[in-house]
Amino acid sequence: MADEVRAEMVANVWKIVVTEGQQVEDGDTLVILESMKMEIPVIAESSGSVSVKVAEGDVVQDGDLIAVIE
Amino acid sequence: MFESVLVANRGEIARRVIRTVQRMGLKAIAVYSEVDADLPFVKEADEAILLGGAAPSESYLDIAKVIEAAEQSGAEAIHPGYGFLSENATFAKAVGDAGLVWIGPSPEAIVAMGDKVAARNLVGDAGVPIAPGTREPVADVEAAVIAAKEVGYPLMVKAAGGGGGIGMSIAHDEEQLRTAFATAQNSAQRFFANPSILLERYVESARHVEVQILGLADGRVVALGERDCSVQRRHQKVAEETPCPVLTPDLRARMITAAVRAGESVGYVGAGTVEFLLDPASLASGGEFYFLEMNARLQVEHPITELVTGVDLVEQQLLAAAGEPPSFDPGALTMTGHAIELRVYAEDPKRFFPSPGPITTWVEPAGPGIRVDAGYHEGNRVTQFYDPLLAKLCVHGADRAAALERAREAVAAFQIEGLKSNLPFFAELLGDPEFVSGVYDTGLVTRMRAPKA
Repeated sequence: MADEVRAEMVANVWKIVVTEGQQVEDGDTLVILESMKMEIPVIAESSGSVSVKVAEGDVVQDGDLIAVIE
Repeated sequence: MFESVLVANRGEIARRVIRTVQRMGLKAIAVYSEVDADLPFVKEADEAILLGGAAPSESYLDIAKVIEAAEQSGAEAIHPGYGFLSENATFAKAVGDAGLVWIGPSPEAIVAMGDKVAARNLVGDAGVPIAPGTREPVADVEAAVIAAKEVGYPLMVKAAGGGGGIGMSIAHDEEQLRTAFATAQNSAQRFFANPSILLERYVESARHVEVQILGLADGRVVALGERDCSVQRRHQKVAEETPCPVLTPDLRARMITAAVRAGESVGYVGAGTVEFLLDPASLASGGEFYFLEMNARLQVEHPITELVTGVDLVEQQLLAAAGEPPSFDPGALTMTGHAIELRVYAEDPKRFFPSPGPITTWVEPAGPGIRVDAGYHEGNRVTQFYDPLLAKLCVHGADRAAALERAREAVAAFQIEGLKSNLPFFAELLGDPEFVSGVYDTGLVTRMRAPKA
């Protein structure tokens, strides 16, 4: 089952940590966002193959899709 | 005296500086980024100049653009606020080179205090107590592991050029040190363009107490009491109070002497803050404290000092920069009552994660003993580009109990809607038995958020 990982706040995408199709475990850091001078790691909440839907430098809104884990 | 001041900052501090500049009959010039055009500080200034894009590097951190704005507007002096370019010696020098008055300490004093390793050594040599730590920056992780054996665990790993809690972490053993070193070096390079790392013995359960100093135009350095800043999350302050509830008159006098000595060691001019760590375990035997760092600028929490002393610190900064005497008698300074500052942040009150967004409702508390320094009002949007400080809610009471009660009422009366703020956290804090007792340390917020057994 696909698991969608969404942004919890308005932020800039600072760093993509994983590569497309990489196998990730529950708890792995996928992407690091930056908002209000704070780095916010986006963490996988399930295990599987990851597809990242944002690029470094993007601005994400609250609720935007960041990655899908299948 | 110069007749116009450009304020090279944004939000609440720009607004607060503009207020004093205008009260002194001077012209206040604001600079702003594209996303800040609707904020109160832009509207309230006598003139406002657009710098550029939202990213700080395109606006508030762009030295050439700020100097150009000063020349364009005919500003005669520049006030840097805190953060951004306030402790940037290159900027301070560029301001002077452009024939403008720099409202702050000399570029040399900024350099001396900006590098934490150099500052430690300098004030240590001047007789100020410092914690055991490295006298030279550690070059790499292996050097850090060797140095750690001498300094002793637990250790604080810090970016030498850092500030604001960024790039700081604690290591209890070698494994943690290796992780902490990598993290600190990464942040140091990224945020401060200076990869130097400093190791310092970490005092568990310390209090963070700082002294407000003021370097006068005649060369004297005076102190305006202390502030306790031990309520912190992620090594960043969220609430401060003055006086510090646990200082004895003797300990206060020793801290003030040390702070003045630190200021004198660099020929400090203007408002500055000397931060110390106080070991609560040592209080029974008189109190031990260590120099932490010196902030060569106006401090965020300066209003609580203003509330108990009645001195406008921004006015004193302007006077010192103009070579004029202060507007108060430093020999006859009196402290009245107790003051508390609560930093109202756009963040969720449980995990303290950022929460930018629109402000749909904004109603500030008002009344005797209440001061709100706000950067926003209703209808503004808080963006992700800058720090989360919305407003500083400051209260003043006859004693600590009265100040606490006033703070509770003010928090309850403050209405902010449209985004998450940490006001509910302050309601908790002001009812927390440890905070209310006055006997707390920098671990307080972590304990408040620890899972209940």
